[in-house]
Amino acid sequence: MSTLELKQTLTGHRGRVWSVCWHPQGVTLASCGEDKTITIWGLEGSKWVTKMILTEGHSRSIREVTWSPCGNYIASASFDATIAIWDKKSGQFDCNATLEGHENEVKSVSWSVSGQLLATCSRDKSVWVWEVNDDDYECAAAINAHTQDVKKVRWHPHEEILASASYDNTAKIFKEDVADSDWSCIATLSSHTSTVWSLTWDKTGNRIATCSDDQTVKIWREYKPGNETGIATPNNESVWKCVCTLSGYHTRTVYDIDWCKTTGLLATACGDDIIRIFKEDADCDPHQPTFTLVCSMESAHTQDVNCVQWNPVVPGQLASASDDSSVKIWFYKE
Amino acid sequence: MSEISENINPKLYKKANDREITAEEQNEDIADEFDAREIFDIIRNINDPEHPLTLEELNVVEQSLIVVDDKENKVDIKFTPTIPHCSMVTLIGLSIRVQLLRALPARFKVSVEVSPGTHTSEAAVNKQLADKERVAAALENSMLLGVINQCLAPRN
Repeated sequence: MSTLELKQTLTGHRGRVWSVCWHPQGVTLASCGEDKTITIWGLEGSKWVTKMILTEGHSRSIREVTWSPCGNYIASASFDATIAIWDKKSGQFDCNATLEGHENEVKSVSWSVSGQLLATCSRDKSVWVWEVNDDDYECAAAINAHTQDVKKVRWHPHEEILASASYDNTAKIFKEDVADSDWSCIATLSSHTSTVWSLTWDKTGNRIATCSDDQTVKIWREYKPGNETGIATPNNESVWKCVCTLSGYHTRTVYDIDWCKTTGLLATACGDDIIRIFKEDADCDPHQPTFTLVCSMESAHTQDVNCVQWNPVVPGQLASASDDSSVKIWFYKE
Repeated sequence: MSEISENINPKLYKKANDREITAEEQNEDIADEFDAREIFDIIRNINDPEHPLTLEELNVVEQSLIVVDDKENKVDIKFTPTIPHCSMVTLIGLSIRVQLLRALPARFKVSVEVSPGTHTSEAAVNKQLADKERVAAALENSMLLGVINQCLAPRN
C-alpha cells in the first residue's frame, strides 16, 4: 500500500499560496502568493525553516515563482503585469530586473534548460519568449496563438520547445523557425472541455500531461515525422495525440500536475483539497498507456491545492501549496 | 457604470419574512448546520448595481435556488438576471461570491452560476465566475472592489 506521509507544514504566508518551486539541487524551496512575497525555505538539520522573505518586487499577487536551471536566479510572475528577476550577487536576493510588456496579469514563467530563454504568459492571451544575455532580457517573440487567458508555460526538458495551457481549453506547442527566427505554434492539443490549468513534460520530452477544469488529466504523445506507427505528420511537423484520459478520479478543478523526472510518478493538485498520485502500469502499450491511482491523500490541505512539485533530486519528496496559506512537504512511499 | 438603466421598470417581488429562530438554534450546545435559508439571508440584501433595490426584491436570488451540503462543504447558488442580456451579470455574480467569501468559513466550496436559460452569455459568465484566479485578480482591482463593496454595503 502506497502512502503519502506529511513531513512538515510550512507556515508564514498570509493568504493563499499560489506556487512552490524546488531549487535544482533540491535543498531549497521557494513559495509565493497573495501576500506579494516570496519565501525561501531551507533545511536546518531535518527541519525546513524560513531562510529569506523577498518583498517589494511586486505590487500585486505573485502567481508563480521559478528557479533558473543554474539555481542562481529566481523569476517571479505577478498579477501586476510584470516579471521580476532576482539574483544573489550582492550576497542576498535582490530584484535586479523587471520585465514589462504584458498588458495585464502574468500567470506563469519558465526557464529553458539552457537558461538562455525565458517564457511568460498572461491574461492578455499572449506567450512571450525572452532572450537572456548577461542579465539583459530582450523580447524575442510575442506569440498570439491562444484566443483566451494563458495559464501556464513550460519548456521541454532538453530542447528549446515550449508548451502552453489556456482558458481556451487547449494546450499549444511552440518552436522557433530556424530560417527566419520566428516563433510559431506547431501543434494544438484539443480535447479538454474546459480551462487547461497546467501541464508537465515527462523526462524524455516525448509526452505531456495536462490537467483541466473539466476534472480530467490527459496524456499526450508526440509522433515525429516518419514514426513507425504510420501516423500521418502533415507539414513535416510532429503530431501530438491524446493517448490516455484519466477521468472519474478528480471531483473538482485540477489546478496543477507534475510528472516526476526520477520516478515517473504523476502528482495532481485539486480543488477538492486532495493530492493524488498516479503510476503508469509497467506492461502497458506505449500508444495506449494506462495509469493506476496509487495514492489519494484526502484533506491534504484544508482548502484547494494550487500547486504540486516533485523534488528534482530526492525521489518521492513532494511539495504542495494551498489556499489555506500553507506549504507542505510530503514523502511518497510504495 | 452606465447612467441609463438597461431595465427601466424592473418587476418587484415580495420580500420573505424574517427567519424564525427555533429553541434548538438558540441552544449553544447543538451545532447548527448551514442551510439554504441561512445562505439566503447572507445574500438577500445585496444591492442591485443599478436600482435602489435588493437582489431579493428583484428576484435575482431565491431561497429555492440555493443548495447547501454542510457536511460536504458545498454551497451552490443559481441567480437570475432581470433581463437575458443584462451587462451587470458578472458584477452581480461577483458580489454574491465576495459576500459569501467574507461570511462563510473557508472550508466551503462556493459555486455561483446563472440560472440555466436566463442569460445570453450564460456559459461564458459561469466559466469566469468559477475561475478563482480571475476572481482573485478582479478583486485586486480597487475600482471594481469599490463597486462591489457598494453593492454589499447595508442600506439605511
